[in-house]
Amino acid sequence: MTQTDTDNSTNAPISVKPVIRVVDLVKRFSGRAVLDGINLAVHKGETIVIMGGSGCGKSTLLRHMIGSLFPEEGRVELLGRNLNELDEPDLNALRLRFGILFQSGALFNSMTVGENVALPLREHTNLDEQTIDIMVTIKLEQVGLREAADLMPAEISGGMKKRAGLARAIALDPEILFYDEPSAGLDPVTSAEIDQLVMDLSGKLGVTSVVVTHEMDSAFRIADRMAMLDRGKMIKIAPRSEFEAIRDGQATGDEGTDLIRQFLRGDSEGPITARRLSTGYEEDILEAAWEE
Amino acid sequence: MSDHAAQRNFVEAVGARVLGGVCYLGGITILLGRAVSVSRATLARSSGRDALIVQMVRVGVRSVGIVCLVQIFIGVILALQLAPPLEPWGQVEMIANIIGIAGFRMLGPILTAVVLSGFAGASIAAELGTMVVAEEIEALQAHALNPVRFLIVPRLLATFVMMILLTIIANWMIAIGGYVTALAVLDPEVSEGYWSLMRDQLRLRDFASGLIMAGVFGVLISLIACYEGLRVRGGAEGVGKATTMTVVYSIVSIVLAAGVFTAIFYVFGF
Ligand SMILES: Nc1ncnc2c1ncn2[C@@H]1O[C@H](COP(=O)(O)OP(=O)(O)OP(=O)(O)O)[C@@H](O)[C@H]1O
Ligand SMILES: [Mg+2]
Repeated sequence: MTQTDTDNSTNAPISVKPVIRVVDLVKRFSGRAVLDGINLAVHKGETIVIMGGSGCGKSTLLRHMIGSLFPEEGRVELLGRNLNELDEPDLNALRLRFGILFQSGALFNSMTVGENVALPLREHTNLDEQTIDIMVTIKLEQVGLREAADLMPAEISGGMKKRAGLARAIALDPEILFYDEPSAGLDPVTSAEIDQLVMDLSGKLGVTSVVVTHEMDSAFRIADRMAMLDRGKMIKIAPRSEFEAIRDGQATGDEGTDLIRQFLRGDSEGPITARRLSTGYEEDILEAAWEE
Repeated sequence: MSDHAAQRNFVEAVGARVLGGVCYLGGITILLGRAVSVSRATLARSSGRDALIVQMVRVGVRSVGIVCLVQIFIGVILALQLAPPLEPWGQVEMIANIIGIAGFRMLGPILTAVVLSGFAGASIAAELGTMVVAEEIEALQAHALNPVRFLIVPRLLATFVMMILLTIIANWMIAIGGYVTALAVLDPEVSEGYWSLMRDQLRLRDFASGLIMAGVFGVLISLIACYEGLRVRGGAEGVGKATTMTVVYSIVSIVLAAGVFTAIFYVFGF
């Protein structure tokens, strides 16, 4: 497998300190290594897309980057601070500088859409109610949800929830935005709108973006660089063009590359499916019998 | 399996249970500590005070009807059950004293707590569990908002305060239930002397000990509910389990705490 060195794979000058740095990160859940030695560097203003099959640990990696989970080994550095070493107040100060869109939107269900967006402003700024109202309207307009301000989260669709979650994530004008599957389960038009939003935020405002997705169309639209996660390991981090070349090229015989190729193309045959078929069917059955 | 192995398995099982219990108590104690440490921060903000009021309405107002209903019936039952055995001694009017003591010291707080653990406890656990599943708790943290300050403190304080207020109401409902029964089915002199006998019997410590217990029960119910809710993993199934366990553990802990407190009050003649 191709273990690409993170710092060579970017065209940004080495002297620029990365905004996010993941170093040798290992995370185990009840003994099983879900993330197994992850290295990743994200530079200012770029959009990096993290891809990988369902359950390979994408959301878990994101949770480490936002300081909601902590690794067994290794570390995450965000804006130059090692998250492992921060106490709660410092971590909270750092949290105000990034936003996250959760996989499910994660709106606070007891508040209206507008109140959801207003909450970070109310809690973390000294703005008066009138200014907050204006800000909320602006943020909601940015995601095309101005008319939904007074609705409860239960009353809006999944796509609207994602967009409302995004409006909340950008309420404090963060420097970094994390997205967990921003366009999963959305219709193509809404999905393209969200992609456009992601690109606008990074293009116009210089926001650094980390996007987890397995929607390939959207990934190729928004990515500057792409990273492929497979079974807890980062098997390739490279500029979009390299991934495009793999997607459009022929099978190489190299397992790692072919695996990425199958994933990008959504082929039904290739290393991913071959692995699934060959892994220990007999062992499983024997083990089950043995446990009896 | 040999006897020896069976014995060891048994010991291991008991050991695991005890260890689990200790961990649970530890978890709840830590949660209480965190809640206490940020309670001032909650109350300092108007949003925190609003949340407290919302929770008090939710915990208290919704269960006050059931509490009254249950406690009136307890008063009725006590009066009807106590009257016949007191009859041969010509002391039926003493039901006022007994209902006073039993109601204010014990049945008022305990039964109110049981009602509240089903009403407020279960709904708090379900609500927080659902929030965990929907990533709402993580979202709070990611927005640098402390879930304990934001969610736990208002629920804990609300349950504590409402438990005490509801117990005050409950006590009077038991007394009224006894009185109404005396009025309706017992000799007229029983109901005539009812309130003055009860007043002579009850001391301040009888009110106080009941209300102290009520406060403790309130804290126990809300802590268990919050703890169960926050540790939900794995979807709707986990939420269902959390609500059930909240009610079970609440009731067990209420009765155990009542036993401990009664013993302490007894030893100190309180
Ligand atoms: N809190 C947890 N406790 C135990 N196991 C967990 C926990 N969170 C995640 N896992 C496990 O870690 C693995 C990776 O989960 P994760 O949610 O990161 O996957 P994912 O790549 O985001 O998948 P999806 O594309 O379906 O969202 C899964 O096998 C999951 O069961
Ligand atoms: Mg995920």
